[in-house]
Amino acid sequence: MSIDVLMPALSPTMEEGTLAKWHVKKGDKVSSGDVIAEIETDKATMEVEAVDEGIVEDILVAEGSEGVKVNTPIARLSGDDAGSAPPPVKTEAPKAAAEPKAEAPKAEAAPTATPVAAAPARASGERVFASPLARRIADQKGLDLSQVQGSGPRGRIIKRDVEGAAPQAKSPAAASAAASAPRQVQSLAQMGIPDGSYDLIPLDGMKKTVARRMSDSFRDVPHFPLTIDLEIDGLLAGRAKINTMLEKQGVKVSVNDLVIKAAAIALKQVPEANASYSPEGIAMHHNADIAMAVAIDGGLITPIIRKAETKGLAQIAKEAKDLAERARTRKLKPEEFLGGTFTISNLGMMGIKSFNSIINEPQGCILSVGAGEQRPVVKNGQLAIATVMSVTLTCDHRVVDGAIGARWLQAFKVLIEDPITMIV
Amino acid sequence: MDFDVIVIGSGPGGYVTAIRASQLGFKTAIVEREALGGVCLNWGCIPTKALLKSGEAYENLSHLADYGIKIEKASFDFSKVIERSREVASQLNAGVGFLMKKHKIEVIEGVAKLEKGQGAPKVVVTLKAGGSRSVQAKHVILATGARARTIPAVGLEPDGERVWTYREAMVPKAAPKSLIVVGSGAIGIEFASFYRALGSDVTVIEALPRILPVEDEEVSKTAHKAFEKRGLKFRVGASVKKLTKSKTGVAVELEAGGKAETLSADVAIVAVGIVGNVEDMGLEALGVKIEKTHVVTDGHGGTGVAGLYAIGDVAGPPWLAHKASHEGVHCIEHIAGLKPNNLTSPIPGCTYSSPQIASVGLTEAQAKEQGIAAKVGRFPFKVNGKAIASGETEGFVKTIFDEKTGALIGAHMIGAEVTEMIQGFTLAITLEATEEELFATVFPHPTMSEAMHEASLDAYGRVLHI
Repeated sequence: MSIDVLMPALSPTMEEGTLAKWHVKKGDKVSSGDVIAEIETDKATMEVEAVDEGIVEDILVAEGSEGVKVNTPIARLSGDDAGSAPPPVKTEAPKAAAEPKAEAPKAEAAPTATPVAAAPARASGERVFASPLARRIADQKGLDLSQVQGSGPRGRIIKRDVEGAAPQAKSPAAASAAASAPRQVQSLAQMGIPDGSYDLIPLDGMKKTVARRMSDSFRDVPHFPLTIDLEIDGLLAGRAKINTMLEKQGVKVSVNDLVIKAAAIALKQVPEANASYSPEGIAMHHNADIAMAVAIDGGLITPIIRKAETKGLAQIAKEAKDLAERARTRKLKPEEFLGGTFTISNLGMMGIKSFNSIINEPQGCILSVGAGEQRPVVKNGQLAIATVMSVTLTCDHRVVDGAIGARWLQAFKVLIEDPITMIV
Repeated sequence: MDFDVIVIGSGPGGYVTAIRASQLGFKTAIVEREALGGVCLNWGCIPTKALLKSGEAYENLSHLADYGIKIEKASFDFSKVIERSREVASQLNAGVGFLMKKHKIEVIEGVAKLEKGQGAPKVVVTLKAGGSRSVQAKHVILATGARARTIPAVGLEPDGERVWTYREAMVPKAAPKSLIVVGSGAIGIEFASFYRALGSDVTVIEALPRILPVEDEEVSKTAHKAFEKRGLKFRVGASVKKLTKSKTGVAVELEAGGKAETLSADVAIVAVGIVGNVEDMGLEALGVKIEKTHVVTDGHGGTGVAGLYAIGDVAGPPWLAHKASHEGVHCIEHIAGLKPNNLTSPIPGCTYSSPQIASVGLTEAQAKEQGIAAKVGRFPFKVNGKAIASGETEGFVKTIFDEKTGALIGAHMIGAEVTEMIQGFTLAITLEATEEELFATVFPHPTMSEAMHEASLDAYGRVLHI
């Protein structure tokens, strides 16, 4: 009996991906656990493992194919046993990808047919009854159908319900789907930059995702910055001591690792800052899962140190180094970059004094860390020299208001300026 | 209070409304001045279909040889043809009587007049059996229908002998040798088809530049050719200046493109539209608003006068039986406080000529007028397997989609039995289907209906069998 291997959904938001590489060819025998292919998504490259034993009967999607829709058959295995066909890869079946359309890869789609987006995901999972035309119009207008009142039989949403409607505030689940309806953008030529005067780098999955998420966040999240200066001479001295101690283990703690640790402890001290906005309410996170922004070739990714408040500096340093390295080679697993509660972006090593980051939804705050540099300071009425680092906390005002943000920075300042307090 | 609801007129609008009223628990009466079922059952839709079936059956004999069947000396008995048509009408008329009884609807035979009453107007019926009866109900629904329009000024006025309306045309003693039909709408074309099938020499006069002017232009064009092939003659863009009767026939003076012409024939049929039956009922005194022989109503049949409603032909075009029934049900459900299904379903139109014509929604020209960028698909029956096998390859299916949304907004068909297929497209429009749903729908093979699928595909450049 043949078993179709389907294009896996590597993350809940994944709709399509690139089949980067096949590790098997027609006729190969595979066992459960063998890596059979590599899939490249907007975030990372993932290995696809076989869950069944069998012989590769056919490769259905060629290596290098882009835009392969989730759940499209990509290969066929002839199973040894006539058992049922379990899902082909070890990933959680994302709810958002329900109702897969048995659709041929993009290249075969009729040129004139307008693509139909999948029904917008609803957090509650409740089915929305709407006519095909109402769905089409809502899709074109970027309307969230779950917010539309239907006037047809049994409350079915029909054409007239969506014709006059304007896009409402979207629920977070629908936001990403709706955002793919592009705003009207003029071409570069229309804006006075002639064709041929530049090279065009195509938007890969990561660039598209970053563009969409950042636009959504900057537009939709009411955000404000709070900046504070920190003296870090004590921190630097402590770091030197620690590194001497850890030398034998081959571990080196960076200022950033200390910032991660201090931020995690500050989040436990001011838990209101460790929160996310959702239409159902404000989620108060139990753990400080600290995401760190890592610049990589062609973009940005934010791997996560989970439960950073429970981890020692040596472990944080090791994990951060490993995550950053694997981020650069795009080998992170989805669970390693999805779902942090707080983000730190550090441009200090590039000499940036102070800056302001864009909220990484749905997190309530993001901390921008500037360079530690010697600056003149006034102490007891005297001019003195200290190593000073400016940090800016950007807050989602729906969750973290000015007072909470300020309290968090106060707590953070104490931990950074007197690192021994981190032990307490 | 004698009744909850009184319906005036028992055509397809009135009697269906009465049944629905009874179903909803209203104590209901219906007033009819002539025969249950109204024009539709007795003098319209149904008996003409019986006549056309006879005509078609006879016409088919002439090309049975194409199917390998030999027949010698076919002929018809005209009086039998008419008799069958009347029997069909009387069978259905009795059927409506049965339905009224079954739903405990009191039938009051006579002519109704309205007077000021308590709440709703009072209905005073001059009874057929003599005397009069005054009845009061909470709700009065006018379903009095319409009749043929006449233009006496140019002689377009029936006399029952030489000049007919649909009514006389349905029961003549003999088929006229030659016939002039004034008006090429559905009624004119159907009678022209019937009499032509039985061998009459028929000329149709149309004032507008093309026949079947409400249909899509391409349909009109194909119909024109198909009818001419069957021997029908046409004068389009021709206005009737005068119709004169003599003992032996009629002479019609007309003018087309600046040229005058006089046609003569044994008989003329006047089919130049219809007018609503709004007179002699006391409507003006009650303050009912009437425009161009039709009662003005709101979206639920309300006339603005307390307790008085109007549905069907008397409430305005399109003058179609199915529109009247639909409006009647909507009206009474609204009165009952139900939220009637308020989907706006387009009203299909059918002409039972040979070939048949059926359409729903917008024509291509209407879409253009409304500023809709349209995608148009066509599929001819001459490459449809079932049509070829049946030897009925005339005609085509045409679909019109809104390019922006993919919504099906119009469908037009000409060909054998297309009147039986148009509801597929009507359903699609009512359910707000887009091209995707039409593509995804499986049409059985081999059927003429496959042309509906293909015409939809063709609009998007995906037609398979061309």
